[in-house]
Amino acid sequence: MTAPSHAAGSAVDPDSLEDRLRRFATIWSRAIFPVTATSMTRPEFEQHLLPLARQLSQALHARPFEPQAAHRIGAALVEAHCTDPDALSRTLGVIDSYLILYCGAGAGAGIGTGAGTGSGAGAGGEPEQTADEGRARCARLQHALAAGYAHALRECTLAEQEAIARSSLLARSDAVQAMHATEARFRAVFEGAAIGIGIADLDGNVLEVNETLTRMFGGLEHHVRGRKVTDWSHPEDRPHFWQLYRELVRGEREHFRVEKPFFRTDGTVLWTNLTVSLLRDADGRPQYQLALMEDTTERRLLNLRLRYEATHDALTGLPNRTLFFERLEKALSAGDGARFGLCYLDLDGFKAINDSLGHAAGDRLLVEVADRLQSCATAPGEMVARLGGDEFVALTTGPDTQHEVDELAARILGVLASPICVDGREFTVRGSIGIVEGPAGERTTAEVLRSADITMYRAKSAGGNRFETADPEADARAITRHGLTTALPAALEREEFFIEYQPLVHLGDGSVHGAEALVRWCHPQHGVLGPDRFIPLAEHTGLIVPLGRWVLQEAVRQARFWQERHSDGGPLRINVNLSPAQLHHPGLVADTVDVLERSGLEPGALCLEVTESALIGADEDLLKPLRQLAEMGVDIALDDFGTGYSNLANLRRLPVSVLKLDRSFTQGMQRHPADPVDLKIVEGIVSLAHSLELAVTVEGVETGAQAEQLRELGCDTAQGWYYARPGAPDRIHSLVLADAV
Amino acid sequence: MERPAWAPQGIDISVPSVSRIYDYYLGGSHNFEVDREAARKAMEFMPGLPKIMQANRAFMRRAVNYAVGEGITQFLDIGSGIPTFGNVHEVACRASPDARVVYVDHDPVAVAHSRAVLDGDDRSTALAADLRKPRQILDSPEVTGLLDLDRPVALLLVAVLHFLEDQDDPYSAVAELRDSLAPGSLLILTHASYEGVPIPEEQAGGAVGVYRNIRNPLVMRSRDEVARFFEGYEMVEPGLVSMPLWRPDAPAEEEDPYAFSGFAGVGRKA
Repeated sequence: MTAPSHAAGSAVDPDSLEDRLRRFATIWSRAIFPVTATSMTRPEFEQHLLPLARQLSQALHARPFEPQAAHRIGAALVEAHCTDPDALSRTLGVIDSYLILYCGAGAGAGIGTGAGTGSGAGAGGEPEQTADEGRARCARLQHALAAGYAHALRECTLAEQEAIARSSLLARSDAVQAMHATEARFRAVFEGAAIGIGIADLDGNVLEVNETLTRMFGGLEHHVRGRKVTDWSHPEDRPHFWQLYRELVRGEREHFRVEKPFFRTDGTVLWTNLTVSLLRDADGRPQYQLALMEDTTERRLLNLRLRYEATHDALTGLPNRTLFFERLEKALSAGDGARFGLCYLDLDGFKAINDSLGHAAGDRLLVEVADRLQSCATAPGEMVARLGGDEFVALTTGPDTQHEVDELAARILGVLASPICVDGREFTVRGSIGIVEGPAGERTTAEVLRSADITMYRAKSAGGNRFETADPEADARAITRHGLTTALPAALEREEFFIEYQPLVHLGDGSVHGAEALVRWCHPQHGVLGPDRFIPLAEHTGLIVPLGRWVLQEAVRQARFWQERHSDGGPLRINVNLSPAQLHHPGLVADTVDVLERSGLEPGALCLEVTESALIGADEDLLKPLRQLAEMGVDIALDDFGTGYSNLANLRRLPVSVLKLDRSFTQGMQRHPADPVDLKIVEGIVSLAHSLELAVTVEGVETGAQAEQLRELGCDTAQGWYYARPGAPDRIHSLVLADAV
Repeated sequence: MERPAWAPQGIDISVPSVSRIYDYYLGGSHNFEVDREAARKAMEFMPGLPKIMQANRAFMRRAVNYAVGEGITQFLDIGSGIPTFGNVHEVACRASPDARVVYVDHDPVAVAHSRAVLDGDDRSTALAADLRKPRQILDSPEVTGLLDLDRPVALLLVAVLHFLEDQDDPYSAVAELRDSLAPGSLLILTHASYEGVPIPEEQAGGAVGVYRNIRNPLVMRSRDEVARFFEGYEMVEPGLVSMPLWRPDAPAEEEDPYAFSGFAGVGRKA
């Protein structure tokens, strides 16, 4: 807008037009500020009104008079958020009362301090308007302002109404779009889910299924959609499945979860983890059922396979120990009147076959045995399992186990009777069977197995290739291998072993020549056990090495003790047995040297006894440690001579210096007169031994006559009950003393 | 990446909206008859309601100017409603050309309208989110894209917290927002209260009842309760006061008595 030319000086002139306009704006502002919604402060608002006041003033004086100018002022009020109609009426009131007064012709004189110059009114040079004209113009301006205000307010209202309506529509369409997006997302989730999803109505009609579910059923949609849920029964359904289903569709249950099989399109079985949920409508009434299913077929197969592998023997494919114990457990916990029958089979002499043919052939033999055994147990309730090694079991839970189990055992021995061909060679495999039969619910699996094991050993001791039936009294007496084996290590630690000594007597003069150390086990429950009871077990577990070392150490220490006490009685010898496992142990020589050095016993006072069978087929590697010991001066005795099939010629290359004749040779001499054949044999052996520079010791001398015979035959030393039974070390001590007297 | 959202509840303009009611109080026409009907009912109990809204508006304007004067150019206005006139971005941008403003409201219509108003303005934006889920606001692309939370921000919670009931845990929500802002940030807040209302509490309670009936309960809180929203922030002078008394630029005695209803304050994060 163009400012009046003289406005510049108005600031200093209280009566100037500018000052009067400011005062008009102040009055105007005071009148309408309370009814505005502006966020401006009152001074700001007043400042805002000032240009409007100026425009009014100009319009009042403009020539030609154009009342439309006030139209814009009305609109400006609306723009300044003076939308309350009161703002209009108050504005009109202010204009009516004050516009002429402050801005009319001669206004400068009419108000204020009366400078009366007339300056400022109107545009320069224009004739002054009359008071009437001014009043008329003022009224016209009010009309125009009101019209402008009304017009602007109407426009503004319409515009804002349209804006808010459009925003509502926009928001609504955004919401609909979001809804569609969500729906699309749900559909994508539904279609792309890795689990099968299906929706059915409460009558069981399948309404909707996803692709995954269709694929799980074999890929044909019509096979699934449009079917009834109730068509999907399967013989292996859990009995309560349909019960749960009925509860759900009746609204008595919100959901349930089961493992359920289905038939696929091609008739194969689909296993699923199935969750069925009830969907209710907005009022809570049951509306649909929702099924979520996860295909567990493969997992199930894998589980079955893992379960099979965990319960079957890899070599023979027979059920293994685990499965057998499960079955036995089940049989033993069966209800009243149930009985069970168990055959515990151990092959006779399998170890020898395994050792001579190698493990691969041994395994083939076991496979064949397993196949034959399997053919014996085909009736329901019968099973064969391999417990390990050459131990098998057959279990029967048939109706008449008392009879059946014997038949089963007989069948087993029967199928083993024909030779087995392995690697082109035929083997006759025999077995010993222990049978346990009885009512369920009386014994634990461990008790049954122990009884079967004991009984099997009874069959084996009776010569094998037979079966024996368990006898509770025999069981009670029996000491199981297992029990002893597990007790062995602790026994060594707890020093339950001790040594007895049996004197070796010089046949020439009857003097005590030495003693054989014989280990005993003072078992806390079973009392004193001889070496035949536990040495094989110690051999098997490897405990023989520490045990043997202990025996050697103890015996050598004892020999040294005797020597110290009887320095005049000549060197007293000590014989110690070496088991085959000790013979193979790489520390044998070093251990022996160590023991001798520690005790101070000279090597020549020690004689190590090795059984003939341990040296059968011995190669140079095995003989080397013995040779080293012999070179040191330790005597090596060949124990139990005459029981094996030793090649007599072979004796020459063995580093032995003593032959110990087995007691079987001396038994024939207990009679009187002695068996002449036995005499001849012994004579021959003694002669042979002596020609090889070997001394001969005889065992099992029980009578004076025997002793005399043997002396005559040229035997060098003897031991046996005739002289003394094995006993405590001090007994040797007193024998030696007696001898010396 | 945009978070997949659940479909919002349908837009129902037959239900009054507090942001459109607020617009009506301020003489705007961004409202529908349902809104006006509710507003008129409330005004039967409290005829001066528009003056309270106007005082809110004036306070906000002074507070934004104060913030700009403190060097703050980032504004997060939660519960912004319908942008009528003298909005934050107008005030702030007039004071500083660098000003950035994010408007947040949970009323989709208000947000749609804000977006229309802000169309073409790349320094201001609007976002539909709920004050009860501050994380969603702070992590939104609108906030992370326009504001740098490592620098001071003016957080405006003007006339909004009284729409959060105690079970919505407004204190936790505000605490999370406070804790997310950089030192030097300002919390600009007003809250309705029975304190300062120039009419008996029972009468004012009638207006509260109207809001309850339109399912937007108005929670009147005491001065102490309002002060708790500033926990950990130091109050800018003159503290928590009636709206016209907060750094006025005109004599308070000229104000309408209703303008003294409730509290306003600005807190600063140390």
